[in-house]
This record gives sequence, C-alpha cells and structure tokens, in this order.
Amino acid sequence: MDALILQILNGLDKGAAYALIALGLTLVFGTLGVVNFAHGALFMLGAFCAVTMQKLLTLSTRVRDESITFFEAYKEVPYLESWLGDTGRIIIDYSVPLSILLTIPVMLLVGVVMERGLIRHFYKRSHAEQILVTFGLAIVLQEIIKAIFGANPVPVPAPPAVAGSASIGEWFGLGPAISYPWWRLVYLGFSLVILAAVFAFLQLTTFGMTVRAGMRDRETVGLLGIDIEKRFIIVFALAAIVAGLAGAMYAPILAPNYHLGMDFLVISFVVVVVGGMGSLGGAVAAGFLLGILQSFASMTEVKSILPGIDQIIIYLVAVVILLVRPRGLMGRSGIMET
Amino acid sequence: MVKKVIQKIRKAAISDPDFEVSTRQLPPRGPETKPMTPVDKDWIAIVAFTIIILAMPWWLQPLGAAYPDLMQKFAIYGIFALGFNLLFGLTGYLSFGHAAFLGVGSYAAVWSFKLFTMNIIPAVLFAMLVAGVLAVVIGFISLRRSGIYFSILTLALAQMCYNLAYSVLTPITNGETGLRVLRDDPRYLDAAFGTEHQGVLLGSLFGERMVGYPGFYLCAALLIIAFYIALRIMRSPYGMMLRAIKSNQNRMIYTGFNPRPYMLTIFIISGMYAGLAGALLAITDPLAGAERMQWTASGEVVLMTILGGAGTISGPILGAAIIKYFENIFSALNDSALASAFSFLPHSVQEFVVTILSPFVGEGWHLTLGLLFMVIVIFLPGGIMEGIRRTYRFLRGHGRGSKSQTDLQAAE
Repeated sequence: MDALILQILNGLDKGAAYALIALGLTLVFGTLGVVNFAHGALFMLGAFCAVTMQKLLTLSTRVRDESITFFEAYKEVPYLESWLGDTGRIIIDYSVPLSILLTIPVMLLVGVVMERGLIRHFYKRSHAEQILVTFGLAIVLQEIIKAIFGANPVPVPAPPAVAGSASIGEWFGLGPAISYPWWRLVYLGFSLVILAAVFAFLQLTTFGMTVRAGMRDRETVGLLGIDIEKRFIIVFALAAIVAGLAGAMYAPILAPNYHLGMDFLVISFVVVVVGGMGSLGGAVAAGFLLGILQSFASMTEVKSILPGIDQIIIYLVAVVILLVRPRGLMGRSGIMET
Repeated sequence: MVKKVIQKIRKAAISDPDFEVSTRQLPPRGPETKPMTPVDKDWIAIVAFTIIILAMPWWLQPLGAAYPDLMQKFAIYGIFALGFNLLFGLTGYLSFGHAAFLGVGSYAAVWSFKLFTMNIIPAVLFAMLVAGVLAVVIGFISLRRSGIYFSILTLALAQMCYNLAYSVLTPITNGETGLRVLRDDPRYLDAAFGTEHQGVLLGSLFGERMVGYPGFYLCAALLIIAFYIALRIMRSPYGMMLRAIKSNQNRMIYTGFNPRPYMLTIFIISGMYAGLAGALLAITDPLAGAERMQWTASGEVVLMTILGGAGTISGPILGAAIIKYFENIFSALNDSALASAFSFLPHSVQEFVVTILSPFVGEGWHLTLGLLFMVIVIFLPGGIMEGIRRTYRFLRGHGRGSKSQTDLQAAE
C-alpha cells in the first residue's frame, strides 16, 4: 500500500510536467491548427532560463580572503553577496523561483517572435510541412543552447528551505515510509496553479471564450467578424510561457541539458494523442495518467514480471488507446480526422 | 502520340484534382518525329543514372569526395531515402520512425555474420526480411490512422524500438557498446564449409572483402537496382493508386478501392529498403549501434528527401548525397581550417568571418543542418528538383510545362 502511494506521488510531478507541455501543445494545435515540434524546445529554453538566472545571480568577483593571514589568498564572492550581505545570499538561494521573473518575458518574446516570424506563414500549409519546419527550428534552438551552455547537464539547486523531503505519510497517518521531496511537492502545487490559471483564463474571460470558439469552429468565428489571427499570437505566447515555466521549475528535479526538449517532446505528443487532439482537459488528464503509469512501470516488482516495461509503457498505452479509442480519451469528432 | 496524351490525362486526372482537360495542353502537331514514350524516357533515365553512379569515382574527384568510404555513404543513404520517398513522396504519409528499420537491418546483418557466414548475401536477405517483418507490425498498427496521427504513431513505435534496444534487448543488441562481429562467433555455415577468416572480420562476397572500392561498387549496384525497382513502382498502376491515396483518399474509397492493402504494401517495401540500407551499413562497417534508430536519424532521412524533392525519383538520392557530403566536410572543419580558407581577406575581416562561421562547422554541424531544414521547407518545399525544374522552365520561357508534365519529368 505504501509503495503504491509512493509511486503515485512519484508519477505526479513528471505527470505535471507532461500535462503542462501537452496543454500548450494542444492549445496551439486546437486554435492555430499547427503541429509544433518545437514545443519541447520551449520547455528546454525555460529550463535554461533557470540556469541563466542562477548564473546571473552568482556572477562573482575575486576578493581578498581575510581568513587566511599567512599569504595573499583570494576567493570568489558573488556580487550580490558582497553588496547586500545575507540578503544577497538568500536571493541566490531562491534563484529558481526568481527565474520565473526572467522566464515569463523571455518566453513571451520567443513566443511572439516565433509566431510572427515563422508559424504564421504555415497556417495554410500541410501538417507535414509544419512538422518539418518546427522540427528544423527545434534542432536550431537546441544547437544554440548547446553552443552556449555546453553538452553536459547543468545542475541547478533548489532553495535550501525546501531541500529535504516532506514526510507526507505522517500528515495523513499512513506511516513514516512515505516521504516526498519538498521541491517536487512545490512543483506539483505550482503546476496545478498554472493549470488552474490557464483554464480560468479560457473559461472565464471573453478572450478565452473567443479562443474556445475558435477551437470549435474557426471559420464561423471569422465570419462573425472576429479577427482570430490576432488572438493566435497571444495563444501561442501563452503556450510558450506555460512550457517555459514548466521547464524553469523542473530544472532542480532534472538537471537540464540541451536535448531535454526532444526527450520531453515525443512523450508530450503521445500525451496529446492519448488525451485526444484538441481537448485541453484530455491533455491534462492524460499527462498525469501517463506520468503515474510510467512510475508504476518502473517499480522493481513490475519490472521483474515484464522486463523493460518501464521503457515502453507510454508508447504501448498510446498504441492501445489509438487502436481502441481512435480519438483519444476525450477527443471530439471533427478535429484532425484526416 | 494519342496514347501518350491519353495516358497523361488519365494520370493527371487521378493525381491532380484541379486538372482540366484543355486543348492548350496538347503537344503541338508538327512534322512527325517519333515521340518518346515514358517507357523510353525511363530507360534513358536508368542508363544515365547507372553511368552517373558508376562514374562517381571520377567526377567526384574535383569535389574531394572521391574516396570509397564517403561514396558508400552516398549510395547507402541514397537507398534509404529512395525507400522513404516511396512512402512519403507517393502517398504523403510522413513516417517519423524510419530509422527503426535501418537499425533493425543493421542488427540483423551483424547477427547473420555472427551466426551463419561472413558472406553478405544471407546478411542482406536476412536484414531485409527482419526489417520487412517489423514493417508489417508497425505498419499494421500505425496505418490505422493517417495524417499527424500516423507520424506520431510511427515516431512512438520507433522510439519504443530504440528504448528496447538500449535496455531489455541488450542480449541481442549489446546495448550501448554496440553489436560487433567477434572471432569466436559460431558462424555455422562457414564452419560447415570450412571457410577460414584471416585478419579483420569483414563482410565478403565469395572471398572478395567488401571494403574500399569493392564495397562501393556493391552499394552502387544495389542502389541502381533499388532505383530501377522504385521507378517501376512509380510508373506502375500500383504507383498510380498510391498517388491517388495522396491526392484524395475519400474519392478513392468511393471508387471502390480499399487503400489499406496498398498502403501496407508500400510501407513494407519502404521498410525493406531501409533494412537493405542498414545491412549495407553493417557490411561496410560491421558494428551496429542503437543510435542509428534514434528519431534524429529518422528526421535526417526526411530532410534528405525534402531537400532533394519529395515525390521525384532522383531527388532523394541527390539530397542524401548532399547531406552526407556537407556533413563530411562541415564536421571536419575547425577554426584553423576556416582561418586558412579565408586567409585571402584582410586580417581583421578574416577574424570576423571566422568568428561568425565557427559555430556552424565542426561540432555545430547540426545547427547548419537545422537551418538548412527550415530554409528548404520555407522557401523551396519542392526541394532541389523543384528548383531545377523552375529554372529550366524559366529558361525555356513560361507556360510550356503544364502541371501534369512535371509528373512525367520526374525521372529527369
């Protein structure tokens, strides 16, 4: 029983990342009708925003090390620390949450530039061409990151205040065996907030209503005199920001490297397909579902019965779902039927 | 003459929904010279292609690419792209998992070396068989859907193969180390015939070791055969059915055809082409690794096809050669090579140029590849062959070539 709960918890944070990426993917897909293979690269860019923030905050200067008196010794001290003392040190500790402040404008810019500069010209072209051009873009983005940050993963520490594990088991009276890293808990909460915000934005505002109408029937919305293309910029930027935030906050869980985006992209596409193309709720549900399934499959008990199942479970589920329910879990008819 | 026109109209009517029969498109009547039928043209194409391929060691000399290792790559990836194009170019189904067949073909060939004999004929046949079987499985599943679903399904299944090759199937694939031929492998057939192997173990054809020029000519011969078969497929009624699937599947279904068997067949053929390419990779260098199956490798073959021109017969081969050529040149360049290349410039300008270009060469070759990918898709979706055709038409004066003629010209 404990093991089961533990696996569900382990699956949740990965599922949260899948859900956030898949949400953006399906949003872009449902409204703009564009298959964006560069969406994983946006997640990766977000993760490297966190890396950049951390590097920026720890820009260091050489100062005389006073503790050594025998000879002239120097040590590296971050500017922030030398200017602000302890406050500076706290700011450095919280570099990952602070990187949100960097991620949002950067991803907004990236999203708008991408939509205006490239994606816009591909609304009318075939899906194959959309896939190809965004695939090329994904390669370019990841190679740029590789050129700047190198090929090795760059570890980013979580704030020390949430470094340990939360003994969730004791909170619910289930025994001390169930503990869960604090940062993953934070990530889970964070992603739920983002998900709620995006859904509230789409459900409660007039803008969101127009976008949802556009997802249903773009032509009619256009006939009603609404310039849906203008809204697409915002939708695309929103999707980029969501993916970027998901990536930035994920950095302490998995040290980002340049091919992080590609690794997540394939799975995220599977998530979108399992959830049902164009269904936002489906994407989120499928994200969590696949995250949890994946973590169950990596239990040693399961692996001893079906070796290798942890490597292929996601793809297996996708294949089964597509064969049994061709539209995915919550897909509607009329979207991407051909 | 009349026969040709009818044929043309029939073909165009199927492949092009906007086609209208108009007298303007009839060829001008004049003092009769016997016109060439498409079949004649095909024979010319095949003969020309054979000459070009076999003469590669000579005409590639000035380009600095006339060494067998590189030319082998041209031929092997040419086969790979040719097979991919049969699927994508004819039917429009974009498979993003073709590298799985390539990898499986390599593994199968190496296993044939390990278990049976160092002779390459069983290796090639075994690789094509295994790749074909895998194609039946993957095709059966993924062809239930079309469009983007098909792309994602093939991608997912290929990633599954890749992950399996890296993890559970390690006894078969030797995981990260890669599968290699060892001296103490059983090789039952060789043992039965008492064949001895001296030196480095390499694939051989009745004693002739497939390395260097013999290796190149083997790959070239198979490329020519593959080209011929692909051309026959494209020209056949079956090829026409596949084009019909691309242009309008619904219409085809209404006419009473079931597209599924046609699709599955071409998917298997395409997979076997990839298996053949994989086997040749293993023959020229008997080491098979799982990275050949990764989805970036699948992306590469898509790029080759697009670059050359999807749907044309010689485009993909051209694209494969160009990519492999530039990969070879660009990834070998470094800053000092760049500096010497631009040494004719004033020093400050030279430094500037080298700084600008250095991220694109050597390790950064993939960046160039990605940019190339985007530029081609954005500006020249038809690929190089489309570019050539446009230039040709521009030079001849516009309006002559109708849309339907481009199909027939595909072989040129």
